[in-house]
Amino acid sequence: MWFPRLASDRVLRTRPIEAPFALTLRQSNTERIHCLNARAEALGLHRAMSLADARAFCPDLVSRPAEPGRDARFLLALGRWARRYCPWVGREGADGLVLDVTGSAHLWGGEEAMLEDMRARLARAGLELRLGLADTRGAAWALAHFGAGIAPAGQTRRALAQLPVAALRLDEAICTGLQRLGLRTIADLCTTPRAPLARRFGPALLARLDQALGDVAEAISPEADPPHFGLRLTFPDPIGLVSDVMAATARLLEPLCARLKAQGVGARRLELTLRRVDQGSQQVELRLAAAMRDAARILPLFERGVAEVDAGFGIDQIRLEATLVEPLPVEQIGAMQVQGAPDRLADLITRIGTRIGLENVQRFLPADSHIPERSFLIAPAAYSSPEGGWCSPRPRPLRLFPPEAIAGSGPQPPERFRWRRMSFATARATGPERIAPEWWLEDENWRSGMRDYWRVETRQGRRLWLFYTPQDPGWFVQGEFA
Amino acid sequence: MKSLVIAVVFGMSSASPPFLPLRAGRVHEACGPAATGFAAIAAAMTGKPVLWVREAWQADNLHPVGFLSFMDPSDLLLTRTASQTDSLAVAEEALKDGALPFVVIEITRPLNLREGRRLQLAAQAGGTTGLCLIPEGMGSNAAETRWHAAPVFDPQDEDSTLMRWEIIKNKAGTFGAWHVRWNRETRRLHVVSPVGLRPGSANTPD
Repeated sequence: MWFPRLASDRVLRTRPIEAPFALTLRQSNTERIHCLNARAEALGLHRAMSLADARAFCPDLVSRPAEPGRDARFLLALGRWARRYCPWVGREGADGLVLDVTGSAHLWGGEEAMLEDMRARLARAGLELRLGLADTRGAAWALAHFGAGIAPAGQTRRALAQLPVAALRLDEAICTGLQRLGLRTIADLCTTPRAPLARRFGPALLARLDQALGDVAEAISPEADPPHFGLRLTFPDPIGLVSDVMAATARLLEPLCARLKAQGVGARRLELTLRRVDQGSQQVELRLAAAMRDAARILPLFERGVAEVDAGFGIDQIRLEATLVEPLPVEQIGAMQVQGAPDRLADLITRIGTRIGLENVQRFLPADSHIPERSFLIAPAAYSSPEGGWCSPRPRPLRLFPPEAIAGSGPQPPERFRWRRMSFATARATGPERIAPEWWLEDENWRSGMRDYWRVETRQGRRLWLFYTPQDPGWFVQGEFA
Repeated sequence: MKSLVIAVVFGMSSASPPFLPLRAGRVHEACGPAATGFAAIAAAMTGKPVLWVREAWQADNLHPVGFLSFMDPSDLLLTRTASQTDSLAVAEEALKDGALPFVVIEITRPLNLREGRRLQLAAQAGGTTGLCLIPEGMGSNAAETRWHAAPVFDPQDEDSTLMRWEIIKNKAGTFGAWHVRWNRETRRLHVVSPVGLRPGSANTPD
């Protein structure tokens, strides 16, 4: 099955346009046509043409940006649909499906009838389709792209004979080379001695030829569905009590956790959708501080979210889905190992996170910089692990604040100064410690150039971190020591 | 009326001071210019990890490299909350849970009786220690102890962390004041006599 206009057909299905239509993709700084409909092609446009040229040819061209990700998902959905014909469905490139219909064609009244059914159904769906059916995967591909139709069993060679060499799924360069030699059809290729061909074009050419003619086997690998971590529960009567919802959640959580465990993953984000009788739905999102699949631990974390839900006239369906999962391999438990401490902390972070947002629970990570403000990083605790490697060659203040200017002149710390409406007298000043700005990082606060830091112990007791900027004279207070 | 009781002088002995670690299962308060240092030392002597609850709008920052002389900064967890109500809710949750033995809460408005009592009950339930850093005069009645911590100039020693800690409220004991110094290398607290602070000395504070 080949869908020559998969991308544009997908877009036109939702929004039919009776005009030349093209999807564009940005490639090396130019908008190029990615896929176009039959009317646009009839006007002389083609793929990989730049959009500006296409507009010059055809001023009323309707264009949209292409979305390759959605096209891939659409093809996946088509693959699931195609399982109505046979269980072995694989993907072929970005716009094709390959089906192994051995032994299932008779269920549809023969091969001809089955292809007719496919054509009718997909035409109704608005997709352009080219079909090829043959003994081998390569031959079917060739027929779909270059011939269309059925090659009767055992007559692959004859069906392919008149097709061009490009039907063998070859590179552009090999095709051009073959044509220069005058080998235009597959029949020409079959009658040519093999050894010189292999020497000239490498093993790929002959492998493709053998695959198409059935001398070398080529399997179809059906794609397994990605595991789905969602469950739902429908009630005969609507429920409204928090305890009932929690009990229902518990019933969904048990099998979900079993499924997570079977796949060796843990949930990081869970979504509980509560559908009410009036068709409205409410969602409770739970973001966990660590990947988890223990139902007994997850359930209490839902309590806060469920309590806030407005049940209206009652809830008649709940759906629980793990929307984000992370690998969580089974760990060996040592006899001497302390159990539970990191788990308890992760649970606590999750509970705090449900109130203030998981990204607001943070930890400090060391950073490699002499600039005091950049000597550490603040990272969400749920998405980082503690790191060692802290070092400070000399004492640093416990608190840092944005620099506050004080009166002072000259490179020596002022004898007396006022800061935050308090007056201080310098009793001892230790310094200077010169810190130069990092030239590779532009920083607004370090525009005034290098800084000479002084630790100033005042007669009043407070120990402050002052700095002087020699290139733009001024004194500032930036921190306070213990 | 201050009751200035200079407690037993330990000199540079390594014996742990009698008032630390702070009594567990209770919430304490600290005020004064060296309250952050008091919190860092109390946290270092209680255990790890430590949760530090503060509001997101506060302009000054904790400097983890500065904490290095008291404790390992990777044992420090920080929460940035939108309001004091959120701060108190987070602190209550953490105190009750018991996974973090020490919780520091930066207070920006006075606690009412109910809030203070809830924090006490949470700390009691979890067996954890809470410490509220309060602006001066914003103490809550429910606090177990209230400390006033102020840095003191040390004429003898450079790089000193000499502080004067005064207990100004105590539900289960007497008042007192101590001069203490933190030893960065051994990460221990020493109670010292206020040397050079004799009445009439040139360096006397106040």
